[in-house]
Amino acid sequence: MLQRSFEILDVTLRDGSHAMKHAFTEQQVIDTAKGLDQAGVSYFEVSHGDGLGGSSLQYGFSKVDELKLIEAAAGVCKNSKVSVLLIPGIGIKEDLQDAVKAGAKMVRVATHVTEADVAAQHIALGRELGLKTVGFLMMAHMADVQKIVEQAKLFESYGAEVIYVTDSAGYLLPHEVTERISALKQSVSCEIGFHGHNNLSMAMANTVAAVEAGATYIDGSLRALGAGSGNTQTEVMVAVLERLGYQTGIDLYSIMDVANDVVAPFMQRPQEITGSGLIMGYSGVYSSFLLHTQAAAKRFGVDERDILVELGRMKAVGGQEDLIYDVAQSFAVKKAL
Amino acid sequence: MRKLKVGIIGSGNIGTDLMYKIERSDALEMSVMVGIDPESEGLKRAKDRGYEVVTDGIDGLMERLELVDIVFDATSAKAHKHHSELLVAAGKKVIDLTPAAIGPFTVPTVNLNEHFAQPNLNMVTCGGQATIPIINAINRVVPVEYAEIVATISSKSAGPGTRANIDEFTRTTSKAIEQVGGAKKGKAIIILNPAEPPILMRDTVHALIAEGGKEEEIAVSINEMVKDVQSYVPGYRLRGTPQFDGQKVSVFLEVEGAGDFFPPYSGNLDIMTAAAAKVANELAKQLAAAEV
Repeated sequence: MLQRSFEILDVTLRDGSHAMKHAFTEQQVIDTAKGLDQAGVSYFEVSHGDGLGGSSLQYGFSKVDELKLIEAAAGVCKNSKVSVLLIPGIGIKEDLQDAVKAGAKMVRVATHVTEADVAAQHIALGRELGLKTVGFLMMAHMADVQKIVEQAKLFESYGAEVIYVTDSAGYLLPHEVTERISALKQSVSCEIGFHGHNNLSMAMANTVAAVEAGATYIDGSLRALGAGSGNTQTEVMVAVLERLGYQTGIDLYSIMDVANDVVAPFMQRPQEITGSGLIMGYSGVYSSFLLHTQAAAKRFGVDERDILVELGRMKAVGGQEDLIYDVAQSFAVKKAL
Repeated sequence: MRKLKVGIIGSGNIGTDLMYKIERSDALEMSVMVGIDPESEGLKRAKDRGYEVVTDGIDGLMERLELVDIVFDATSAKAHKHHSELLVAAGKKVIDLTPAAIGPFTVPTVNLNEHFAQPNLNMVTCGGQATIPIINAINRVVPVEYAEIVATISSKSAGPGTRANIDEFTRTTSKAIEQVGGAKKGKAIIILNPAEPPILMRDTVHALIAEGGKEEEIAVSINEMVKDVQSYVPGYRLRGTPQFDGQKVSVFLEVEGAGDFFPPYSGNLDIMTAAAAKVANELAKQLAAAEV
């Protein structure tokens, strides 16, 4: 077998949780996991959309306990390994220990791009538990290159083996991705990853830019199922990267089959770029705010785009879903005056 | 009435801000600041203001126990365990601003006097001080089955201790939501936001209540509680009105600090020191009354 040029990590069962309103069933997870395993994906992620411990009123309760889903996914895999997301401040170390008991082999510890130092204990624990341990810098458009390098060095010092540039808002353009990945390649010895969102229809172009700048971990989701306008579409990415001459190690027909025969039937809506998805990319807003913003706009009778632009102006960060309702309510009050 | 003498261990931001709040108390007398770095800003300020200073930490304080009746600890959970053992054995009252939670959780508007017989009182967390009053205000009208709080603070107001031990915030706050707030189950989330200029502390309480239909009473109870908290944190206020959706209640809050030592955006730090000063003040009044 030819050596893989990089690892494609599928996030359908984690980022897709946002688009599914955290209602994945055990059967959906089992079927998707089997398909990913058969197609040759090395790692895929299973967690609440907001990571371990994310089940809440703030983000939405999980329909099925994520530990059950992790266990179900790990149970059907011959080769693929299950990754989990952990956002310190939401999930805690015990959640990671539980996930490992359920079968997780990789942890991605995520912080806002400027706040890496809250993750030291969780990254250390990931290594201690023998997991492939990743540091995930979210909302990477909100910091300049120098800051990202500084924060990546912190992750590296805690023991991270891979560091991700995460375009949570789908805001970055290809030259900005190139700039960030290249700078990290030069300054840290970890492997570098990229996670994109398609709010400005740039996810694939950004992914290609990341690979060409040296990224060796690349995220995608089947049928693009993910927060906001979704992620880079895994099965399309396999085709594009093969055409560019890379070895993905993933079988194109098999990955297409799981996307179209397993995932597409349970999707609640097509993963297209809607008005609010576009505005998220345009104003730099965390992609998982999408459905909450639509709900708040409806409840308070205001334009969802106005809410999103205001959230961008306020520099809201990931996890601040409560602010959406606060902003919508204040707009409604102003409107009534 | 005799004023009780106050010692503060930890000459960092929290300890320094607390010193200014103690100066305004009618029942407490700022006596000694205890640190381990003679060059620290907090120790310098204490000295400039005419207070005693101890520069070799708890060991130094133990040799000068006559300087204190009540000791605040604004160091770390780990250090606090050691400090508390020594001070309690020496018969001193200890107020713990770390997440160590050795003594019972105390939130002034909910259980101010309840644990005054205990030698050590814990002040929960900033998020706990800001949200537990609201959970209690709901719970005194309709039982709260589940309560969840989201505290968003400016990155600049999150110190190295909080950052290194962020799980402690989550765990301690969740526990106190149940034990003091009265919710059957509690959950806490903390978010750091680096925006410039720094954002004011924001807190959101989401609760699931046993039954709907008492929206008005709940809203009245929340408003009364906000006024009570404002008596010691004037910058504590509701954003908008409480939102009801069946059995779900959401309450949005912001906390602007008094600006004693911290800038006003650090409502999270201010509400901790204000709550601790409030507890100590009441405790001092009771102890002094008992001496007469």
